[in-house]
Amino acid sequence: MTQGNMQPEEYSKLVSKMTPHSRHVRGCFRAFWVGGVICMLGQALNALGETLNLCETAGPMFTSTVLIFLGTTLTGLGIYDRIGKYAGCGSIVPITGFANSVAAPALEYRREGIVMGIGAKLFTLAGPVLVYGISTSIGIGVIYWAVRGWLM
Amino acid sequence: MSRAGAQTLIFDNPPAIAAHISYAGPKEGQGPLSEWFDVVLADDLLGQKSWELAESEMVRRAVEQALKTAGITAESVQAMLGGDLNNQIIASSFAARTLGIPFLGLYGACSTFIQATLLGASLISGGYLDNAVCVASSHYCTAERQFRFPVELGNQRPPQASWTTTACGCSLLTANAAPGALKVVSGTLGKVIDLQIKDANHMGAAMAPAVCSTIEAHLAETGRTADDYDLIATGDLGWIGRNILMELFHHDNVGMPDEKLVDCGASIFYQEQDTHAGGSGCGCVASVSCGWLMKRIERGELHRVLIAGSGAMLSPTSCQQGETIPGISYAVCIEGGAE
Repeated sequence: MTQGNMQPEEYSKLVSKMTPHSRHVRGCFRAFWVGGVICMLGQALNALGETLNLCETAGPMFTSTVLIFLGTTLTGLGIYDRIGKYAGCGSIVPITGFANSVAAPALEYRREGIVMGIGAKLFTLAGPVLVYGISTSIGIGVIYWAVRGWLM
Repeated sequence: MSRAGAQTLIFDNPPAIAAHISYAGPKEGQGPLSEWFDVVLADDLLGQKSWELAESEMVRRAVEQALKTAGITAESVQAMLGGDLNNQIIASSFAARTLGIPFLGLYGACSTFIQATLLGASLISGGYLDNAVCVASSHYCTAERQFRFPVELGNQRPPQASWTTTACGCSLLTANAAPGALKVVSGTLGKVIDLQIKDANHMGAAMAPAVCSTIEAHLAETGRTADDYDLIATGDLGWIGRNILMELFHHDNVGMPDEKLVDCGASIFYQEQDTHAGGSGCGCVASVSCGWLMKRIERGELHRVLIAGSGAMLSPTSCQQGETIPGISYAVCIEGGAE
């Protein structure tokens, strides 16, 4: 399988030595401030919801809806990928990033049709988040149900 | 047709390169080789309804332009050898459907153009064909969606990632050479080499051992050294991969002067263009060979050039299944007509 004079172990060391690392400190700083701004925007929307006298369920729903709308619109305008390139997890982790991960395949696979393109590919990136997010919340829910007698 | 060693073919009747055309996308057109491309596209969709059709249209236009330059019709071309990165090489085969030239579809990943040139030259030198058109293409938007993520996804790429070029290179090989034409004089087949790189972003590292193996085989079997060439060009190792290759030559005690070795992927973009490790894709070595390298040989700036295309034999499936990434490299030696 392997040929040439160099062995894989030695080559692996050479490759690590020659390959520059991502700039983690800079990346963390950018993720922090962009993520922070998105969260502040969310908080401001929440406050706006309160001044509009939205109820306990409608308030957060209003915030999420506006942020998802913004994330999706910026994806469509070709801006969100640039924010993501700059901010990394700062713009991936918030709900706007989730919106981007759904809107981007929708745009990309539109040409393969509405059913097998958008329909089948819409959740290729968000799918794993949904599967494991929902599974985890069910698991936590069961644990909560089991132990809540002691917590009360 | 004679052979030298286990992997190298020496063409007794070296085919001439009657025409060569290079196409580059808008981003590639802003790079350092801009003026060497025959066509720089303003619109990378080329008026088509999908990226795949756009890439295919680029192939069709490049082939037609090469035939026009050489002054022959598609009907008189005996074979079209080509490939691309799309699943089932649709960009090339769809172009061949329109052109109506007998078609040999090839896949050597990003080394496809050199693979096509090697095979085309063999068939012509062996007397089976009078002419053949060799072509390879890649498109940023078709490769991204197939191998990575949707283009609009807001993710970050690591420093070792390369940028798939939107580009196409096409050459017309003929048995009967006009005086002074470029010639394909020899070629070296490559072995699939795997030094167990698993990082699909680090294709330069995955391919460098294969390029090293093929170039070393070529030099050993032809009894030459790097000094016998004016330039040795590698396909798309990128800046990091090229430096790794230099280390491999150093390790194997093969003399390789730093200024002799250029990498097409490291040459096609400025570092400021933020492509990270440099350009990649079938179109990279194809367009840089047909543009920069062949034109420089024609101008007499270079006489003998070895081009070693490099390909990473990975698929999204093999990567997700945790397999390592084998590399392949084919080399052809091109000489200028004037001695």
